[in-house]
Amino acid sequence: MFTASDLRKGLKIQIDGEPYIVTEFDFSKPGKGQALYRTKMRNMITGIQFTQTYRSNDKFDRPNLEERNMQFLYAQDDEYHFMDTVSFEQIFLTKEQLGDNLSFLVDNMEVQVLFFGDRPIDVTLPTFVNLEVTVADPWAKGDTSGSDTKPVTVQTGFQLQVPPFVEKGDKIQIDTRTGSYITRVKE
Amino acid sequence: MLTLQGLRQRSNLLQAIRSFFLERDYIEVDTPLRLPVLIPESNLVPFASEDCFLHTSPELCMKRLLARGCSRIFQICHCFRKEEHGRLHQSEFTLLEWYHQGWDYCALMQQCEELIYRLVRNFSDLPGGSKGEHLCWRESRVAMEPPWERLTVAEAFRRYADRDVDKVLSTGDFDAVLVTEIEPHLGQDRPVFLYDYPIELGSLARRSQKDPTVAERFELYIAGVEIANGFSELVDPQEQQHRFLMELEKLRLAGKEPALPEKFLAELNLVGETAGIALGVDRLCMLLFGSPDIAAATAFIFEEL
Repeated sequence: MFTASDLRKGLKIQIDGEPYIVTEFDFSKPGKGQALYRTKMRNMITGIQFTQTYRSNDKFDRPNLEERNMQFLYAQDDEYHFMDTVSFEQIFLTKEQLGDNLSFLVDNMEVQVLFFGDRPIDVTLPTFVNLEVTVADPWAKGDTSGSDTKPVTVQTGFQLQVPPFVEKGDKIQIDTRTGSYITRVKE
Repeated sequence: MLTLQGLRQRSNLLQAIRSFFLERDYIEVDTPLRLPVLIPESNLVPFASEDCFLHTSPELCMKRLLARGCSRIFQICHCFRKEEHGRLHQSEFTLLEWYHQGWDYCALMQQCEELIYRLVRNFSDLPGGSKGEHLCWRESRVAMEPPWERLTVAEAFRRYADRDVDKVLSTGDFDAVLVTEIEPHLGQDRPVFLYDYPIELGSLARRSQKDPTVAERFELYIAGVEIANGFSELVDPQEQQHRFLMELEKLRLAGKEPALPEKFLAELNLVGETAGIALGVDRLCMLLFGSPDIAAATAFIFEEL
């Protein structure tokens, strides 16, 4: 159990049987008054945000959350199938649950899947992934237009800005937290 | 954590506060921090220190000095309140508390105004000040020249929350409405004294002669931040004991075993008409230095130790 005085940014708590993460937190206490814990929270399943003020005697259950190492196998319709690399158990998440992660997800990628009880609810990708450039304008050597970057598309369909020397067929490293180009990779 | 320059500024500020009171014939006192019994206050959690407690404010000992014959006293000391951490709270913090015999809360509001206006003018080169007439903090720009606004609690609830304060009080939502709907508006254009609190919320304040449902208590707000809390002191031992017993009852319901400060009650009839006020020094530094929170206006916070 957590009490209101444990509340802080990043804490995960359970309310009405669902897991929530505290995204903003502020402690207030008007002079000689009650302590008030003002929070903004995000439902870890639906993503819906809400604000709530709690008092000292409010209590919360600890949500049963667990991260497991899994490998991405394949996508079928809107279901994305993953396999536990230890137990070989297979599960799937929906396109909606994966959201922006789809920009960087490729076959056989090893990811961390977050479970709430036995229900998969979220995925954490590796911080850096290597993806192949599938669409790029050719590099005109001696181009003096002064442009530092150009847009390219990678194998997942994701578009980003890269230095002009990157060409179609190159592999590039991307930071999955920001979606930005890191370096060209030789394989 | 303060820089070397910030430490110098804080030191200058403390000296300026001392000068203000010494010029006005106050005595600076320093009373014990560790007490065998505290004033019973149901919303404060004290730290135990062996068989004693660290004080949550210097009020108890300072009033006993008034009973002993002091007429004007001030103190700058550390106070301790468990489970208080936030942008505007630290478990250990610095309080300026002063008492003036023969005064009521109106006179004290005016002196509080004088003190802070003088500090703002003296420290106009600090990031929070601006040519001494305005105090700039976050998005607020507050005109500091007195007189400041005076607003009753009842009027503030009507104006900013469109609510009747007695109804809010009866549902137990007073603090929540105050914090979320009212405080953000307070002291934005110029500082405001919120005054005449419901009698239930002024355990140590005198009942108003004009309106028996309110206590002669005020809070000063600048830029939405509560800076000081003062009142016409309750000096009737019988009424004070009665109010303490109500606080004790709340503490017992919360599973605590508080005691009555008997010596304090026994001497209270010697205090005479007095007004007293406590001002958060760390918060005042925060506003004057333009710091984002009180942690940035103090030498250390607990997490750095």
